[in-house]
Amino acid sequence: MSDPSSNPSSRQRAPTKRLMAPSVLFLLVWMIVPLAMTLYYSLQDYNLMMPDMRGFAGFLSYELLFTDPVFWDALLNTLLLVATCLLVTVVAGLALALLFNRTFVGRGIARTLAISPFFVMPVVTGLIWKYMLLDPVYGLFSWVMRSMGFEPIQWLSSYPLLSVVMMISWEWTPFALLILLTGLQSLPEDQLEAVRLDGANRWQEFRHIVLPHLGQVLYVVIMLESIFFLTSFAEIYATTSGGPGTATTNLPYYIYLGAFFQYDIGLSSAAAIGAVVLANICAIFLIRFVAGNLNAGSQR
Amino acid sequence: MTSSTIDQTPGRKKSTGGTLLTLLAWLIGITMFFPILWVVLTALKTEQTAFSMTPTFIFSPTLESFKSALAQGSGYWHYALNSVITAVGSTLVGLALAIPAAYAMAFYPSKRTDFTLVWMVSTKFIPAVGVLIPVFLVYRSLGLLDTRLGLTMLFTSMNLPIMVWMVYSYFRDIPVDIVEAASIDGASTAQTMFRVILPLALPGLASTGLLALILAWNESFWSLTMTDYHAATLAVYTASFKSGEGLFWARLSAASVLTIAPIVVLGWFAQRQMVRGLTFGAVK
Repeated sequence: MSDPSSNPSSRQRAPTKRLMAPSVLFLLVWMIVPLAMTLYYSLQDYNLMMPDMRGFAGFLSYELLFTDPVFWDALLNTLLLVATCLLVTVVAGLALALLFNRTFVGRGIARTLAISPFFVMPVVTGLIWKYMLLDPVYGLFSWVMRSMGFEPIQWLSSYPLLSVVMMISWEWTPFALLILLTGLQSLPEDQLEAVRLDGANRWQEFRHIVLPHLGQVLYVVIMLESIFFLTSFAEIYATTSGGPGTATTNLPYYIYLGAFFQYDIGLSSAAAIGAVVLANICAIFLIRFVAGNLNAGSQR
Repeated sequence: MTSSTIDQTPGRKKSTGGTLLTLLAWLIGITMFFPILWVVLTALKTEQTAFSMTPTFIFSPTLESFKSALAQGSGYWHYALNSVITAVGSTLVGLALAIPAAYAMAFYPSKRTDFTLVWMVSTKFIPAVGVLIPVFLVYRSLGLLDTRLGLTMLFTSMNLPIMVWMVYSYFRDIPVDIVEAASIDGASTAQTMFRVILPLALPGLASTGLLALILAWNESFWSLTMTDYHAATLAVYTASFKSGEGLFWARLSAASVLTIAPIVVLGWFAQRQMVRGLTFGAVK
């Protein structure tokens, strides 16, 4: 390589490639190459139990996939799970952020308690909820129901998807709270005072000052949470194992079952491509916004 | 006159409505934390007390369950060591890869770097299941299944996009003039990076590392699919309680506490610092 200091423009460019190459190569090798292989396998007739019957199958796996009712259940469950959890965590997170934004005695401690669930391992969350909270006989929820004179609810068998939503929301509301609260604390006080002087009520204050200020932060929360909700696995693995029936089988769990229990590489790969497409439909909207933010940022 | 109206507002907050809101905030904090507290309490009970239809809040605590969870033969230390190695390892590898990339993007921006950053973030939208099957098959033929190296690399690829993103947003807070000044003084790229930029960005790098550590420690999809025993982490260890052993509540609770305690405590200290980098500096 020539001496980069001789020319200012090459000086700017020369280190960039070398510095970025390791990250780019790493992501290519561990993410993009396997993704291409998944696409290839999805067009193959490939079952680990029948290694001799391998060959090009065209779109056969996709046809089988689209005619498998379990796949449609899994897709629907995935969408329901993502939508419900997003709604609950963002709304609750925002309400809690407003609540915790006030100054009060022991705010730091109360806030630390409230965000703790975010740091709990999802497998542990699943087990705690399954056994100690939701168990129809010995669980704490049942005890509360009984002591209030009600019949205990069979959470995991009667309301399986709702139970999973509860667990995931318990874990992720703290994340929304944490980020939105920090966003609120950066709100310039003089803007609030200005609208108060103009006689704005609490709602107008929230609608016209607080919410626009939080816009960017809200998008970041929604983007990161959708990434994690689309791939929820551990909570389901540890509690319902996708059941009863297919009630809590989401796409990740469906693919896991297909690959590790039916050894059907072709079909699972086709489902995996489906999951990637779904994630990217969500991404198109969100990434565009983040990209917009990047440009706005570099103009500063 | 107007100033007195403003002064009244904080005063009014301390009135009845304010007290109620404070109580509500505390109540919610305690409710959110309660399942964690309940596990800690259950871990301190005997199996009989733990497994009863009427929950006990007052009891004489015993460390028996912790002792048996930590005893030789329980396997806890084996899994804990794997968790430490893979989480710390992937965090260090991730930082080593993310710092140079973020440095280039923050201080030598071009049209292409914007695209690269968006591309990197977008790889997070390839769900792990999208690459599960090839990774499993390739790992199997390379002998990487159930190895710490294999798992560490997967954790790294999982966290790298977020790490680049966070480090980039911390670097962007540092004025470009500092880098230019250093290069006029004759510093090489490596010197500028190690002597000037890294010390300035140290708090940001620490928070990035902590978030990566938390996500890797709590990760379970790859641990459950790619490991069996040799490289299995605490996620696999606790998941083994999901069948028959789940009936032993005190033991399950002790194992859970030992699994989550290090990260929950770390999270308490890191909470404030983690936020800013994740929001592209939108939040100061």
